Amino acid sequence: MDSLDINSIDSLPGLLTMLAKSLVVMPEIALLIAASTILMVSLFSGRKSDLFTYILSLATLLGMVLLILPSINKPDVVLFGEMYVNDELAKLIKLLVCVTVAVIFIYARPYLLNRSNSRPEFYILGLFATLGMLVMASAQNFITIYLGLELLSLCLYALVAYLRDSNDAAEAAIKYFVLGAIASGMLLYGMSIMYGITGTLSLSEISIYLVNVNDLNIGLIFALTFIVVGVAFKFGAVPFHMWVPDVYQGAPTAVTLFIATAPKFAAFVMAIRLLSYGMQELVADWQQMLMILAVLSLILGNIIAIAQSHIKRMLAYSTISHIGFVLLGFLSGENFGYASALFYTVIYVLMAAGAFGVLLLLNKDDDTDVDNLSELKGLGQSHPRLAFIMLLIMFSMAGMPLTVGFYAKLYVLQSLVYNDFIWLAILAVIMSIIGAFYYLRVIKLMYFDDLLQNLGTQNSLLANTVISVNGLLIVGLFIYPNYLLNYCVNVFQ
Amino acid sequence: MLIQTTVFYFFSGILVLSALAMITVRNPVHAALFLILAFFTSGALWLLLEAEFLGIVLVLVYVGAVMVLFLFVVMMLDINIAKMRAGYAKYLPVGLLVGAAMAAEMIIILTKTNFEHAQANAKPADYSNTQELGKLLFTEYVYPFEIAGVILLVAIIAAITLTMRKRAVSKQQKPHEQISVQRKDRVRLADLDRE
Repeated sequence: MDSLDINSIDSLPGLLTMLAKSLVVMPEIALLIAASTILMVSLFSGRKSDLFTYILSLATLLGMVLLILPSINKPDVVLFGEMYVNDELAKLIKLLVCVTVAVIFIYARPYLLNRSNSRPEFYILGLFATLGMLVMASAQNFITIYLGLELLSLCLYALVAYLRDSNDAAEAAIKYFVLGAIASGMLLYGMSIMYGITGTLSLSEISIYLVNVNDLNIGLIFALTFIVVGVAFKFGAVPFHMWVPDVYQGAPTAVTLFIATAPKFAAFVMAIRLLSYGMQELVADWQQMLMILAVLSLILGNIIAIAQSHIKRMLAYSTISHIGFVLLGFLSGENFGYASALFYTVIYVLMAAGAFGVLLLLNKDDDTDVDNLSELKGLGQSHPRLAFIMLLIMFSMAGMPLTVGFYAKLYVLQSLVYNDFIWLAILAVIMSIIGAFYYLRVIKLMYFDDLLQNLGTQNSLLANTVISVNGLLIVGLFIYPNYLLNYCVNVFQ
Repeated sequence: MLIQTTVFYFFSGILVLSALAMITVRNPVHAALFLILAFFTSGALWLLLEAEFLGIVLVLVYVGAVMVLFLFVVMMLDINIAKMRAGYAKYLPVGLLVGAAMAAEMIIILTKTNFEHAQANAKPADYSNTQELGKLLFTEYVYPFEIAGVILLVAIIAAITLTMRKRAVSKQQKPHEQISVQRKDRVRLADLDRE
């Protein structure tokens, strides 16, 4: 990427060229400008404002994808004293985040319209959350990581409370806010101790310090602990998972879809930057911490999910167990492990988006959410297409062959076996088998039980097309997993 | 040096005590006032570190703006303290135990930790803290500074999203109707029976 020529800004065309160049260097600028513009447009566009906002938001996200795509496989951009690093990992995460958020908007709109609650704020807060995730993807400094995280979290807190008249949503929002604030406090505390010891906030300088330091200071481990706790909170790993089920259940399903998908990419990239890029030297220490988190998440997530009768709660505990798998891939501390964790995250987001997407597209007569598992009874008869997509997703979450979930689990197990964590691999397999129970129960309800109540569907062509593609991808990626896997491996080279 | 240390311990002592008092007093208004005291003393600690700007901003923003709002809210809400306190005594032993264990661990570890990099040299008297901060904020730290601005924008959007609602029952003024009101709209002449 050629550097910006400051001398050419004495004229308007020069200014525009510089703006265009800086947009390519920093797609965040484009997103910020677009989000602020959409905010103003939605304010003055009257009755149709939410439709305008929706279309403009989708266009913005499409534009972001078009802006990021050409920069792939170009040299890394490093700006602001390494506070901003646009490397291949950042570009991949940004691409994934923008696509995911666009899919979220598409799934969410018919649901929100149905509850006559499609307000422009949903999309605007969603775009700002996206901006936060992009900032996190490129953050190579404690300050930028923290600010990106806060930008994302603040939007999510507000989105959870989006349905103002719902007591459940308000309760979920308060819980999320308080626990999120505690987590941010933990993270900041760890960062401040780290700063006190190393004298720098830059992750690359911290890694240099850690390589050169002779005797490891016990304070470093202390700081690391708090940082890991903060990361685990954001991931929702056990024992920092308390907020996950309540927030998933209380938030409107459209917002649950948001929380369950895109922010996982951001949490992943934050963990990679902090633990791998910054503190690879302390791998022996954070490996053990992640091991505890992963094992507890796998056990608790899978076992408690069995007892759930509420779909969103069940998916919340299933998320916790998937996070356990991501951490398993992560804890090997080498590149293939990271790649397998990234691959798992991508596949998890694909599955979670599909699962919540199906729930969003189903519609009860009284316009309340589809909540209980029993409401899915006989879905195979009433809505064969959606039921089949749900079946694929459940198979994939359980890790059955013919769906990509199989490969996602396989690669993580592979990285564990390579690194001599045989017992972890065995535990993960046992827990997956236990987990298969509640995934298969959904399939049983849909196909082998009689129709209990007739659910309607949203007749949005776009959303229905996207969900079909989402379902097909789960099979398609099973046939061609290599492209995605190679990509995930390459970003860590 | 001795004076500085004395002043430091004086203010930090008040800071810790007022922070403790803030979470233990029963009356929420008193708690808010203790929080203000805590802000003032931490502002004094900033001054001791020769960070005048930060000290003044802390007092202006937190005490001047945030806490006044907070006091308003506390005074307007009808908070049932007794109900909120239920279970306090039940959880106190466990909380104390966990808190004491964590505090002990932190003290043991942090006293062993070597914060050698965290020392800064004293600056000459004409050194402008504000100017240096401004320079840093708009050069080296312009990126995080801008993100912080976006966070504030989002906070505004979120606050308005959560609170603004167009309810039918809400009362508002309609100036054009007030101006164009006629005598016959408001005044009614009634015939009263003469006694």
